[in-house]
Amino acid sequence: MQLIACPWCGPREEVEFSYGGQAHVPYPDSPAELSDEQWAHYVFFRDNPKGRFAERWNHSAGCRRWFNAIRDTTTYRFERVYRLDDPKPLATELASSRRSTAP
Amino acid sequence: MSPGSSHATRTPRTPGADLPEHPDTLWRSPEPKRSYDVVIVGGGGHGLATAHYLAKNHGITNVAVLEKGWLAGGNMARNTTIIRSNYLWDESSTIYEHALKLWEGLEEDLGYPILFSQRGVLNLAHTLQDVRDSVRRVEANKLNGVDAEWLEPDEVRKICPVVNTSADIRYPVLGATYQPRAGIAKHDYVAWGFARRADEAGIDLIQDCEVTGFATDGNRVTGVQTTRGTIGAGTVALCAAGHTSVLTDMLGIRVPIQSHPLQALVSELLEPVHPTVVMSNAVHVYVSQAHKGELVMGAGVDSYNGYGQRGAFHIIERQMAAAVELFPVFARAHLLRTWGGIVDVSPDASPIVGRTPYENLYLNCGWGTGGFKATPGIGSALAHTIAHDEPHPFVAPFALDRFVTGALVDEHGAAAVAH
Amino acid sequence: MTSPFRTPDGGRIDRATTVEITFDGQTLPGHPGDTLASALLANGRHQVATSIKLGRPRGIAAAWAEDPGSLVQIEAPFPEPMLLATTVELYDGLVAHGLPGQGRLAEVPDSARYDAVHHHVDVLVVGAGPAGLAAALTAARAGARVALVDEQSEAGGSLLSGTDRLDDAPASQWVAAAVAELAAHPEVLHLQRTTAFGSYDDGFVLALERRTDHLGTGAPRHVSRQRVWRIRARSIVVATGAHERPVVFADNDRPGIMLAGAARTFLHRYGVLPGREAVVFTTNDSAYDAALDLHHAGVQVQAVVDARPEGSPRRDECEHAGIRVLSGAVVTGTQGVERVTHALVAPFADGEVGASSAIGCDLLLVSGGWNPAVHLFSQARGRLRYDETLGAFLPGEELDGLAVTGSAAGGFDLAGCLADGQRVVRAALTALAIPPAGEDPLPAAPEAVIPAAPLVLWRVPDTSGAEGSTSFVDLQRDATVADIARAVGAGLRSLEHVKRFTTIGTAHDQGKTSGVLTSGITAELLGIPVQDTGTTTFRPPYTPVAFAALAGRDRGRLFDPERVTALHQWHVAAGAVFEDVGQWKRPRYYPQPGEDMEAAVLRECAAARTGVGIIDGSTLGKIDVQGPDAAVLLDRLYTNLMSSLKVGSVRYGVMCGVDGMVIDDGTVFRLAEDRFLVLTTTGGAAKILDWMEEWLQTEWPDLRVHCTSVTEQWATFPVVGPRSRDVVGAVFPDVDVSAEAFPFMTWRDATLDGVPVRLARISFSGELAFEVYVNPWYAVAVWQRLLEAGRPYGITPYGTETMHVLRAEKGYPIIGQDTDGTVSPHDLGMAWAVSKKKPDFVGKRSFARPANADPLRKQLVGLLPVDRETVLPEGSQIVEFRADGQLPPPPVPMLGHVTSSYRSAELARPFALALVRGGRERIGDTVHVPVNGTLVPVEVTGSVLIDPEGARRDG
Repeated sequence: MQLIACPWCGPREEVEFSYGGQAHVPYPDSPAELSDEQWAHYVFFRDNPKGRFAERWNHSAGCRRWFNAIRDTTTYRFERVYRLDDPKPLATELASSRRSTAP
Repeated sequence: MSPGSSHATRTPRTPGADLPEHPDTLWRSPEPKRSYDVVIVGGGGHGLATAHYLAKNHGITNVAVLEKGWLAGGNMARNTTIIRSNYLWDESSTIYEHALKLWEGLEEDLGYPILFSQRGVLNLAHTLQDVRDSVRRVEANKLNGVDAEWLEPDEVRKICPVVNTSADIRYPVLGATYQPRAGIAKHDYVAWGFARRADEAGIDLIQDCEVTGFATDGNRVTGVQTTRGTIGAGTVALCAAGHTSVLTDMLGIRVPIQSHPLQALVSELLEPVHPTVVMSNAVHVYVSQAHKGELVMGAGVDSYNGYGQRGAFHIIERQMAAAVELFPVFARAHLLRTWGGIVDVSPDASPIVGRTPYENLYLNCGWGTGGFKATPGIGSALAHTIAHDEPHPFVAPFALDRFVTGALVDEHGAAAVAH
Repeated sequence: MTSPFRTPDGGRIDRATTVEITFDGQTLPGHPGDTLASALLANGRHQVATSIKLGRPRGIAAAWAEDPGSLVQIEAPFPEPMLLATTVELYDGLVAHGLPGQGRLAEVPDSARYDAVHHHVDVLVVGAGPAGLAAALTAARAGARVALVDEQSEAGGSLLSGTDRLDDAPASQWVAAAVAELAAHPEVLHLQRTTAFGSYDDGFVLALERRTDHLGTGAPRHVSRQRVWRIRARSIVVATGAHERPVVFADNDRPGIMLAGAARTFLHRYGVLPGREAVVFTTNDSAYDAALDLHHAGVQVQAVVDARPEGSPRRDECEHAGIRVLSGAVVTGTQGVERVTHALVAPFADGEVGASSAIGCDLLLVSGGWNPAVHLFSQARGRLRYDETLGAFLPGEELDGLAVTGSAAGGFDLAGCLADGQRVVRAALTALAIPPAGEDPLPAAPEAVIPAAPLVLWRVPDTSGAEGSTSFVDLQRDATVADIARAVGAGLRSLEHVKRFTTIGTAHDQGKTSGVLTSGITAELLGIPVQDTGTTTFRPPYTPVAFAALAGRDRGRLFDPERVTALHQWHVAAGAVFEDVGQWKRPRYYPQPGEDMEAAVLRECAAARTGVGIIDGSTLGKIDVQGPDAAVLLDRLYTNLMSSLKVGSVRYGVMCGVDGMVIDDGTVFRLAEDRFLVLTTTGGAAKILDWMEEWLQTEWPDLRVHCTSVTEQWATFPVVGPRSRDVVGAVFPDVDVSAEAFPFMTWRDATLDGVPVRLARISFSGELAFEVYVNPWYAVAVWQRLLEAGRPYGITPYGTETMHVLRAEKGYPIIGQDTDGTVSPHDLGMAWAVSKKKPDFVGKRSFARPANADPLRKQLVGLLPVDRETVLPEGSQIVEFRADGQLPPPPVPMLGHVTSSYRSAELARPFALALVRGGRERIGDTVHVPVNGTLVPVEVTGSVLIDPEGARRDG
């Protein structure tokens, strides 16, 4: 059970938080202009890395604020938390062993 | 029996002590060949079952099953072994009922004592909406030829006397759905039965063989790079459950699954008290008493993504509260061991099976908490799909493109059950 | 009664008090301070039970939780399955018996209390042995907030079991002083009888305190029996000691065969001689203490059998005492049935066993070395490394915030353990920026004799002819060396597979003694290093924990909070039958004497349709949405336009998820240009507030909007029916309630005796209706005023069931009943509520997906059973009309299902709502609904069955 450092409240028990999945997936500017496939990717598809993951959390039983975190999905350890208006982490920070041989 | 008197009549006995012996020969540990007609990535239940049915039903034996750890050591070794087919939607009940029919003949097919026990499953309803959803599912099951009944609380009590059906609990039991043909099996025995049959057919089961990449040529996968070298492949099938995304990321394929920890636990061996399988969503727990007498239980997934095969203890505590609420006699049973698996959860709580952007690569994932019960069903359907290079009708509705068209098979709200 | 194996003095038992217990029907004496095991041994009883598979006699083989032998069932004071006799503290009236296999659960509910406490500390020390006490003292002296937990009944750990001296006095004196000193520090929590059973992330440790178990029937009822401590520690010191490891040999399971260290514990701590004639079989020096101590206590030690060819430097001590020492020898087997009678001893060199000879004994002590108790370290995901010298797995890395010390870290001399305990906690304090105390002395321990290197010996080759089939590795599972050999022979290479093949490590003790043995024996059989075999995973809990302890107080009414409205007591007094709606208790109907639900609901419905009814709608979710951009937010979340709503007016709206499926509905009040009151379904209240917050915070932080739940700030009473205007007008004479002055879908503020009240013309029934909103503090008074004013019109309180009938007659869906997360607004026939003007809103894009355009989507329609009699069960499936009235064999294609179904007073017939494939095209068709094996013909209709033109809403 994690001790999660809410950026506003400080470290609190995991039970006070709820999970919000992948961070930095903005609502599309013009959904009407997206193809069905592009829209489906916004609605249903999220990354699922084994390793560092930039994700959203909500201190739902505390200050009720949303924030972002970089957490390792293997160890569950929070590497850092940051506010929603903080810059998106660089790819190097999320670097993991993921490789692609996509054509 | 009054306290203290029991010893007088108690004769030494060894109830539930013995599980059937495993055979003296299980499988070889071969070196991988340079290439195979079919490479199955993932040596869990689905991968091993697919291998078995490729050999048995289609005569395809130039097959390798690649397992990064030990065979059937992932979710196959970690699940609560519930087998049922009483799903709501036609698409779901079809594949799960197909599986259940295979379960009914599996011991003979595998020549392995898999301890398939059709002791029935009760899905409890605790609210009026639970009741509506339950009746809906029972009626759908009947029309689909799946055995199902709606039971009133007094009938629930007859089938499972230890369930608290009194009105004085927080969410009283208002009834239950009952599938008599549902039950449990011994998971290791199932996996090992499939593995042994596959091995006998000449299929190579290659352990400690982690896939590190894929060799591709245009829209074909030509080989699999592993910690034991590169292995050429005619057709590749991914059966990696919670680790599917790790593989599809290597291939640049996006798959809408999220991997979550799912915990389970077991008690010490107890005299028989619980003759069936009970599942409750509102008072969230599911429990059966396994062959040796231990209570095997599970509940919901941990909320966050996790590959750690462990979860948070407050989930277990909540599950224990639910267990004691529904089964007051469990109060002094003891938690002996907890563990976790990695479930691959899809947006509509239904599996994702079928074609991918690579013409010779098949996907099988997203089974979430339903993977074990589907094992023979998906194994045979996926083997058929590979052999005919065409999705079997039972898996066709579960294609990846349903998330684009919107034709989901949404088992969330409607089914009122999980797992 | 006397206990023949009790020493004349010594031990930590209360000899002045005698208690009586019953074991296997036999009454036996013991003393407070005994365990059930020590009491049995004091009375000469070694066998506790028979084994699970083979029925072999099994006895007490260790002195605490690692014992694989002494499984018992407690029968009184309350049945508890499967405990170890070695961990059950003795109390008067204890009734127990040995357990061959399965435990038995009580048939009556457990009335004991259980609870949980959260605790936060700088340093948690697990284990109050020498290393743990030293660590706790150093941390306490530095002023740190400390918790010290230990599973035994008293502190001291290994010091309770031996003859160690500290500061030139018995070590127990130092232990007592240390405990007293800790007690004097206000920031120290010291808990005995408390087992740390799980180690999780970020310094989170769970511990179970057994608070009253040792008091038996004398346990005070107001004290919780067991308590779970949820300890969050900035730093953890694991000082959990080590478990002695047996050596496996043929027939190594007979009662009377015991770990050597356990015999010392029984002697020194409990004043019990575990036998009269002992053979000691060892691979290391530690067992020499047992041999000498037993000898001095009067046990005839027949021989020390040391597997090492060189023996031990302590050989002289033994021989001086007259104890024969056989170096380069092993025990190859035993004789005896219910108790060991002989040890078979043979020379042993280079792995070869010579001819054996029998040595008579009633006690065979065994030591194969020590396994550090690394469970908590391993649970915290610490990597283990195999130590070739010790033949054991040790912590193989440093973990942040968790240090292992003492024998848990592989240190086995007293002075070293004390110093190491102090060292690791000082390092932890430094990391926490807590300066150590100036005065922090350690007690002086005598210089340790440097032990000779142990021999790593997992098993003695089986010369009995049984081929390892009586060489037990896991006594609880009756699993043997032969079983491991068969597993390996079957092709298994992974220790996890071997475990599953043999079931080793799956029983009550979770492999505390068998785990490392299995690693070693498997490695030997495979011819690979033990490090490569590794261990199976250590999983919580360290020792078994009762379900009820983990459930704690979250049972019965406290399982989930009950939410009730301000009128709850009134409802109870009015005889309401309640329904659980989420966490709320809502009146479902108010039966009058002799009425069943159907009769009550027909009466309530008739009142609302023809006179006036009133319902407590306070559970409806209410969200106050304020700010200059409030209208923008609502436009983005509702499918219809909210920004055009005028102040003073109310509009119905639907919300969808991004997938375009309906998630909630309700009315919206515009209170001011920059302020709305959003009403949600009862079950959706929290979810919709979360939904709004999520969009606001994560997507649209530029919007100046604040959302606040006001569900519990407004009690809500819809007053419904043609006479509702009379009632509301009478209670609020200052308000013009005419249709012209107070039109439909508007709201007004009013006062009642100075109390602010809000009135709204909203109807969920199609009838003329007023909703009355008031601070819950005044809810009862306002409710009663309305009832009083309504008395001349027969005002009738009604519950959720009638509400559902009234709304269904009008075709108003209940989200979550008539929808299931797969239903779009268009499916509900609510295209009118989907704005075509707005460029976007949440869910809009999904409406354009191919599946949404499928003409065979399920759509909400009405159903009328043709027989005008059958109330279709909700959930019934719908199939095509069959001319022969017969259901064909499965699979039968389904058209949809009945979502709501009622008997209608107004229609004088039953009706239903249903989701039907292409339903709107089927209006006028007849379809079949299977009900209890017969096909009921029903007519498909529009979903609005009463007053489709909406004539009644203005009265």
